[in-house]
Amino acid sequence: MAVPLKDIEIKEEYPKTLLLEKHIKFIKQYGQSENDFEYGMTDYLRVSGMYWGLTALELVDKLDSLPKEEVIGFIQKCQDPETGGISACIDHDPHLLHTLSAVQILCIYNRIDAIDVEGVIKYVASLQLPDGSFTGDKWGEVDTRFSFCAVATLSLLKRLNAINVDKAVEFVKSCMNFDGGFGSRPKSESHAGLIYCCLGFLSVTGRLDIVEQDTLAWWLCERQLSSGGLNGRPEKLPDVCYSWWVLSSLSIIGRLHWISSETLKRFILACQDTESGGFADRPGDIPDPFHTLFGLAALSLLGFGDIKQVNPTYCMPQYVIDRLQLKPQVLK
Amino acid sequence: MSDSSSEENEDTTWVFYRDRPEWKDIEPLSQDDGVDVPVVEIAYSEKFKDVYDYFRAVVQQNEQSERALQLTEDAVKLNAANYTVWQYRRNILKSLNKDLWEEMKFAEKMINQNPKNYQVWHHRKVLVEELNDASKELYLTEIMLAQDAKNYHAWQHRQWAIKTYKLFDDELNYVDELLIQDIRNNSAWNQRYFVINNTTGFTKEVIEKETDYTLKKIEIAKENESAWNYLRGILLHDERGLSKNTEVSKFCENLYTSGCHSPFLIAMIVDMCDENVSKKHNDPNFSLERALNLCDDLATKYDIIRKKYWEYFANVLKEKAEGKVSP
Ligand SMILES: [Zn+2]
Repeated sequence: MAVPLKDIEIKEEYPKTLLLEKHIKFIKQYGQSENDFEYGMTDYLRVSGMYWGLTALELVDKLDSLPKEEVIGFIQKCQDPETGGISACIDHDPHLLHTLSAVQILCIYNRIDAIDVEGVIKYVASLQLPDGSFTGDKWGEVDTRFSFCAVATLSLLKRLNAINVDKAVEFVKSCMNFDGGFGSRPKSESHAGLIYCCLGFLSVTGRLDIVEQDTLAWWLCERQLSSGGLNGRPEKLPDVCYSWWVLSSLSIIGRLHWISSETLKRFILACQDTESGGFADRPGDIPDPFHTLFGLAALSLLGFGDIKQVNPTYCMPQYVIDRLQLKPQVLK
Repeated sequence: MSDSSSEENEDTTWVFYRDRPEWKDIEPLSQDDGVDVPVVEIAYSEKFKDVYDYFRAVVQQNEQSERALQLTEDAVKLNAANYTVWQYRRNILKSLNKDLWEEMKFAEKMINQNPKNYQVWHHRKVLVEELNDASKELYLTEIMLAQDAKNYHAWQHRQWAIKTYKLFDDELNYVDELLIQDIRNNSAWNQRYFVINNTTGFTKEVIEKETDYTLKKIEIAKENESAWNYLRGILLHDERGLSKNTEVSKFCENLYTSGCHSPFLIAMIVDMCDENVSKKHNDPNFSLERALNLCDDLATKYDIIRKKYWEYFANVLKEKAEGKVSP
């Protein structure tokens, strides 16, 4: 008798339709109530938090319900005049993750002129190591996540040439495993979130040719469980954010149609909070802006008409990527 | 977050920095966090605000002192992910010439409380590098992996320590132990590959030994994705390819005949047939027909959720056999 896989059960009472109005309210009010205290305390992820919230709202065409000028002013204050990097919050130290989030927000607003662009470029370039890898900040933790953040940021600024792209590709390639997947560093276990980062990186740099397309796509398809949800590694529970990372990865390598989209839709919709709005990682858990963005973005890739088209490489509205005249590579 | 009783005890005796006489000389500095921007707002607890207001003041004056060190401890306990605080703490440790083995204990405690936090693991790594001594890292990661055998941070740290300080000797035994506890632990299977790849490499003997080992594990859990993946991983190093390794092909055929319908088993047989079709070996027409039937079984009976994948695979096979796509 086979041991059952780790999975969840989609119960009859879980939501089956998109609760759009509730999500808009959820994002707009997030952090204003005492109940969100624990999550809200995390000022160290403020700029990324803004990116999640703002992008989610833009995907449902409600970005104008937030004060644009104040957001831009806040981001300006988060840029460190010395290094050029952008931090999570005013007076914190700059970090590549928040630098990307800030550039994404400004691209959505079409206001990249609001910050010192040359400073950002200098900062990103300063984080590349001789082996081609990137650290997230000047104290140096290497991870393929940062390779993605670096090239995504630079390409949005049209300045990919500021770094050694060939070396950067070499490093990402060295993190590829025999199952076709990628990990954080050479020979680290394949992990859906890092696969997204590496495919996003290769999509931006136009080097998807190094990918073992069908081997990897099969591994990614194996992430789908009977509930319809996707997990990030074998034997882990399904999660909305991994559903996005797997789905966008499959989308980049042209194999989105390999998974069962109907059951995945059912899983993602089941993760909505019918009372407060927003999406949680799994049905019944507490919703947050992070999973709300990735829930909406995944539904967009699955062709939900009420949500704007999202670009799988950048996790930004497609029209913004078009406006920037960027054409991240995708495989057929 | 604060569900442990020790933390509650700490809380009842907690004195705000603003009420501590030894901090009277410092003017707290509030966070300019853009509260006028109502996007994903921040709610602060009083304790959190107090500690961080003093932390910001200390940073502004670049105070490197015992009391500042204590303050960073309180600050990271409230938010272990604040990389700015950690870096400032390391600066103080250095300028006060503190005993880094003491700090190792603190790092261990913080890792225990925040096992999935990037910054605590990074702090530990910096300390190990400073001390140039990784003798405690296997022990530490084993404790953490005993709590969560798939903790990515712990594995990353362990791999880094093993590779940097050449600690490969007992690692396969450890992996073995983990696989006995949980045969489906994908991280442990990955570690097995990591060790072999970095030590003996996949020589003919190693391939044989590993194949044996893996087939035995598959016999115990036939639907175990990780073991099947590992088997594919080692066979990639076998010049003979998938279908010419008689041990593996016999094993698969026997398993199939015994009535096992694990999608991973059938997928393996499909790939063996595919190889025969591509290389025009062993009656390719028979292999083709068999593979197509198996793909159909997978799509309609044994792996329905991946129906589209199996349909696609069957099509590619057909085209290959007709010579439309190069093998
Ligand atoms: Zn998640």
